[in-house]
Amino acid sequence: MRRIFLCLLLIFALPAWAQDLEAVLAANRAQIEKPSRQTIGPVIAEIAASGDGAVAFLEAWGDRRLGLTDDGRFAIIEGDAATDAVTGAPLAGEAKALKPNSGVRGLIAAALVPAQLADPDMGRRRAALDALARDATAEHLPALRAALDDPDPVLAARKQRLERLLTIRFDPEPAARVAAIEGFAGDSGSDVQAVLNPILTTTRFAGPALPEGANVARQLSIGTELTEAAAYRLLVDAGLAAPRLSDAEQKAALSAHLQDGQVGNIPVANLDSPDARDRAYRALAAAGAVRPAASADQVDAALAANIFADLYTEPSPEVTDAARAALNGLVLRERAQQGVDLALDALSLASIYFLAAIGLAITFGVMGVINMAHGEFIMMGAYTGYVVQGFIANRTLSLVVALPMAFLVTALAGVVLYRLVIRHLAKRPLETLLATFGVSIALQQLAKNIFGTQARPLTAPDWLGGSVGFGEIVQISTIRVAIFVLALLFLCLFLFITKRTRLGLNMRAVTQNPGMAASMGINPDRVAMLTFGLGSGIAGIAGVAIGLFAQVTSELGQGYIVQSFMTVVVGGVGNIWGTLAGAALIGGLQKGIEVLNPANTLAAQTWMILFIIIFIQFRPRGIFPTRGRFVEG
Amino acid sequence: MLIRKYPSVLIFLAVLAVFTLAITLLSQAYGTGAVPTSTVKLLGKTLCLALAALAMDLVWGYAGILSLGHMAFFALGGYMIGMWLMYARTAEIVTATLANAPIPATPDEIRQGIASQIFGVVGSSDLPLTWSFAGSLPIQLLLVLAVPGIFAFLFGWLAFRSRVNGVYLSILTQAMTLALALWLFQNDSGFRGNNGLSGLQNIPGLTDVPQSTLSIWFLWASAAALGLCYVLASWLVSGKFGSVIRAIRDDEARVRFLGYSVEGYKLFVFTLSAMICAIAGALYYPQAGIINPAELAPIASIYLAVWVAIGGRGRLYGAVIGAVFVSLLSSWFTGGKAPDLNLGFYTIHWVDWWQVLLGVAFVLVTLFAPKGLSSIIDAVAGLRAPKRHGADLGPDLGALREREAEA
Amino acid sequence: MQGLKSIMAGSALGLVLAGGAWAQDDTIKIGVLHSLSGTMAISETTLKDTVLMLVEQQNAKGGLLGKQIEAVVVDPASDWPLFAEKARELISVQGVDAIFGCWTSVSRKSVLPVVEELNGLLFYPVQYEGEESSKNVIYTGAAPNQQAIPAVDYMADELGVEKWALLGTDYVYPRTTNTILEAYLKDNGVAQDDIFVNYTPFGHSDWSKIVADVVALGKDGKKVGVVSTINGDANVGFYKELAAAGVSADDIPVMAFSVGEEELSGLDTTNLTGHLAAWNYFESADTPENKAFIEEWKKFTGDPKRVTNDPMEATMIGFNAWVKAVEKAGTTDTDAVLDAIVGVEVPNLTGTMAKVLPNHHLTKPVLIGEIREDGQFDIVSQTDPVPGDAWTDFLPDSAVLEADWPGKKCGMFNTQTNSCVQVQSNY
Repeated sequence: MRRIFLCLLLIFALPAWAQDLEAVLAANRAQIEKPSRQTIGPVIAEIAASGDGAVAFLEAWGDRRLGLTDDGRFAIIEGDAATDAVTGAPLAGEAKALKPNSGVRGLIAAALVPAQLADPDMGRRRAALDALARDATAEHLPALRAALDDPDPVLAARKQRLERLLTIRFDPEPAARVAAIEGFAGDSGSDVQAVLNPILTTTRFAGPALPEGANVARQLSIGTELTEAAAYRLLVDAGLAAPRLSDAEQKAALSAHLQDGQVGNIPVANLDSPDARDRAYRALAAAGAVRPAASADQVDAALAANIFADLYTEPSPEVTDAARAALNGLVLRERAQQGVDLALDALSLASIYFLAAIGLAITFGVMGVINMAHGEFIMMGAYTGYVVQGFIANRTLSLVVALPMAFLVTALAGVVLYRLVIRHLAKRPLETLLATFGVSIALQQLAKNIFGTQARPLTAPDWLGGSVGFGEIVQISTIRVAIFVLALLFLCLFLFITKRTRLGLNMRAVTQNPGMAASMGINPDRVAMLTFGLGSGIAGIAGVAIGLFAQVTSELGQGYIVQSFMTVVVGGVGNIWGTLAGAALIGGLQKGIEVLNPANTLAAQTWMILFIIIFIQFRPRGIFPTRGRFVEG
Repeated sequence: MLIRKYPSVLIFLAVLAVFTLAITLLSQAYGTGAVPTSTVKLLGKTLCLALAALAMDLVWGYAGILSLGHMAFFALGGYMIGMWLMYARTAEIVTATLANAPIPATPDEIRQGIASQIFGVVGSSDLPLTWSFAGSLPIQLLLVLAVPGIFAFLFGWLAFRSRVNGVYLSILTQAMTLALALWLFQNDSGFRGNNGLSGLQNIPGLTDVPQSTLSIWFLWASAAALGLCYVLASWLVSGKFGSVIRAIRDDEARVRFLGYSVEGYKLFVFTLSAMICAIAGALYYPQAGIINPAELAPIASIYLAVWVAIGGRGRLYGAVIGAVFVSLLSSWFTGGKAPDLNLGFYTIHWVDWWQVLLGVAFVLVTLFAPKGLSSIIDAVAGLRAPKRHGADLGPDLGALREREAEA
Repeated sequence: MQGLKSIMAGSALGLVLAGGAWAQDDTIKIGVLHSLSGTMAISETTLKDTVLMLVEQQNAKGGLLGKQIEAVVVDPASDWPLFAEKARELISVQGVDAIFGCWTSVSRKSVLPVVEELNGLLFYPVQYEGEESSKNVIYTGAAPNQQAIPAVDYMADELGVEKWALLGTDYVYPRTTNTILEAYLKDNGVAQDDIFVNYTPFGHSDWSKIVADVVALGKDGKKVGVVSTINGDANVGFYKELAAAGVSADDIPVMAFSVGEEELSGLDTTNLTGHLAAWNYFESADTPENKAFIEEWKKFTGDPKRVTNDPMEATMIGFNAWVKAVEKAGTTDTDAVLDAIVGVEVPNLTGTMAKVLPNHHLTKPVLIGEIREDGQFDIVSQTDPVPGDAWTDFLPDSAVLEADWPGKKCGMFNTQTNSCVQVQSNY
């Protein structure tokens, strides 16, 4: 597609029939009003070549600032005012803005490149380079070479790089291209790969002899690199052999030659097996009624008589050799980078699971209570974030407020749940599980009634919006880094609380032996309540974090609850390091399986759960088994 | 012996028989037509759910294993029968179509035709290996019992052997049903993904029988299955076996030290209840008409536990009452039939608030009436839990022993 | 004893359930079978309101055949078997003459055998995967050739996309649509290596790796485009991750088939501008019919912020076509209405006419919109009405099939063997 356009552009742009803008616009009015990328190329070229006012016109058109007045004049719209696109005179009437699609806008931007490359405005120069990086054509190369100097060092460097990339693509001299390719040795940028890979595209060839001057990538031997069936299909496609007989054709041929209930002397009723059909067909072929099917011998002979090969579309072998050498050098480095990227993804997922599970781990560890409503606490935290954002427009500030708010709201909810329900079910863990499940149903429906079933927006501040990374492959969104930091923070906080504070001491005592702890003057009930509040509060924080990168719905918690349970159970109850190990295992496992089967994320989840079920069989108490009052389970 | 010990069995069977007969006499097919076919189907399905609840009660109320994955067995049973229903119905159509062609079809062509009819919807045209026996009713009927049975046996064997119990086991069963649901959700696994198996209400070979008649047949089949399984379960829990599993529920370690094979008993109950669930599922889905992986989402199994808890666990009739009561009430509320409650400042639409009510009711039942609705029957029967002030159940002086364990 | 009482109570309840209102002779009843609770509630409630609004308007115009129309609303609660149960109840107990309902494919497949058995009439208003044509269903949403194929053509022709990422939620609509698209792209010379397919679960939120995979597709220098059949909520995380990775619509355009005005209202759209959606209707369509419809809608719901969307338009077209067919037939009898409805033309909201075809699909124009900052769409392409094709031409198995109800009395007619494969649908 791009090539055709390029040819058209050259044909139309080269003859200098520069008309004035007015005439060009008048001649192409309908096209400009409803442009299609397929056909608008010549029009844009004409406009670009029409001298005065063309650049302003194209810029306005590309920015969707070009309008059409009721009396059919093109107008450039600036805010509320509009000026005539040709004369520059102010227009009074209403102008209806034209909306070229993004493909057309890309062509407009490309046409503007030569004019913008040396523009004094830095923004325009940058826009021109962006357009060049997306859609460059051969005639951009001289324009770029003419404008290589740039006062801004960053843009100058970009121009240099783009010039070398365009040289590889468009320079007529193979030597210059090879030199440019070698200049990129060791550079794994995706722009470089995007230029090198097309050089190495191949087409598959089948024929008696290789064409003259072909740049051969490799010859294919039948059996190993090419199956017999595929090779024969190539021959058929190339018109070098007769097609094999398909079952459907055979059947059609047989039914066409049905006579007196017989085909080739075989009664129709017997034609219900492939064997009988073959026999009937052979009989028909022997009688000359149908064309004989290609026999195995003929197929073999045809395959032996022909050569199969992959040919480069690029005619110059020096260029393809250089490109292949450059890309081969990148493979290992790219693999390593992909590995690192995957590890980062796994780490990010693990930290999310950790954050979601840590509250659960605390309550499970200290009280042996599974809180099925934990997922709904996560959801509550996310909705708190959404509500706070409704009140405070500044996103950074709203996040600063939302985090402690979410902690408070869910911690309070946790304490209430403890006082009203869990306290009364002490020593009946299964019933606590069921009762908290009831709470979970009620809370989820309540959230639906209050906030509706539709996803609510919870948007991260801009400084958390982008991504950080090294190189182009190793990338991770900033928000995930922030979540990782948050998870670390809570790990430290938790360690601090358990090891350095009174509450922590009491918590450990109650975990190990509640009876003894009570005799020492600790109130186990109060400790349990505070623990429960703490665990629930962290769930709220996790909710805000999850809401920032995913969707806030009433089912948000459900998506994480089973994984959280898994994390706790796999890690070992009541041990923060266990939870950490569990989260790492589950996150890593899930990403690992996803790599093996990139087309099906669902399968990854299935296998992950299956693995955990089996894992539990062998380590029923998790990675770090605890000693404590619930060891008896 | 059974009747002497559990007179409730007779009452239960009588009530079930009267109910089924009454519905038949009021049905469109065999009676006055006062009860429309859609209601007959609803009642038939409710009986199947009651049967599943009975199985759940056996494993949770008696053996103390809180399985949060029992609907997986229910759905597996449904899938097994559904495979035959779809295959056989499609086979009828395909052979009829191919018979019109001038040349008779090869068996391979018929298979191919069936496969592309069943799987064309999900963009595939090969018959998966799992469907090898789908053409044979006896084998699929056997698989209704065998697949969930073997599945439960393997899972239980692995879990009980490594002494996974309590909340761990509950979470693990939940993970099991989730994994199975996710697996079935994938189109590649060969069970038509999210679309599931549909059109199951059309029974192959019975295309001339109207749904009004079929619904009564299924109502009878469901009632018969429920009655039989009720008797079986009552017989099981009334004897020595019942005493042992109740003992396991109350103190597993003690039973183990007494020399019983705790794992063996648990495995037996778990597998048996999985198979009962599968029977219920195999009867349920031809009435529902469609089965898809959403049916075995973890939430479905938790609802099963909710029914049993509200009805009263450790009481076979409690499970049945719970399932019937809650599922019918639930369909009444969500059906938009319940009148809105106007509080003046806010109108409660039950469609929106029923789940909240259910959740809260469930918490209250767990807190204040651990025996659920059946505690009302206990009160009538004069069965009361003795005050033991926290002491263990045991053969002390004046202990009521078996009767006490009962309460 | 309590058991007896409880069961009796249960059966009494069943009778109450079955009872309901008795049909009055002076009204025509229609059923509304949309989920009002559960996961699909948010989408389907809107359609229920649309039907109620249309009924109100029609009654204000004097009703139908001199009678008032009465809408019977039931709630199948996003529970697929319940759809079949409620449909049976609507037809056999309530005696409705037409049902407007269903959203997901699986709910339609659940209802299908019931309406065919009881000879009901269902109007299905959502874009779907095709490969179906039932005697008793009128499909007023888009078939793949009215949405997916033109959208892909647009991406290839107008955006120059050469490499394709087909991302979808793992259920039947994305699966079938992607299968058709893969076949179509290969027919047009796209290599297998240039098509990347991925399926994610419902409500998926961890998109980092998938977005990285899509970005990595661009490294061989071909322009990458994403065709998204990602459903509902999951889109939020997907678009957020795309924005975080710094991917703009100019680099990698995303064409969504399930993202409309309603879905965008739950998102911060600043980072999405320029991404695309393909529908048969956008709220921003500039026609007098559309303006009037939006005004009526806002008045009816009493909420000036309520948006309109494509399935609403489809519901409206279906309702109007039914009204016209009933008037033409002079009765609400299903067979008479089905005979009358083929060929009926009603205006759609984008300035053209929708015609009911013999295969029970409609003619619909295909619109492509670019997302604007305010959550609406700029319509950048609009075709003439395209006739809906029940059986796609791009899969060998279904290319030979066609549906022609009035002519051949068959929804699955094999043109090669010249025989009807089956009269009832395959579910």
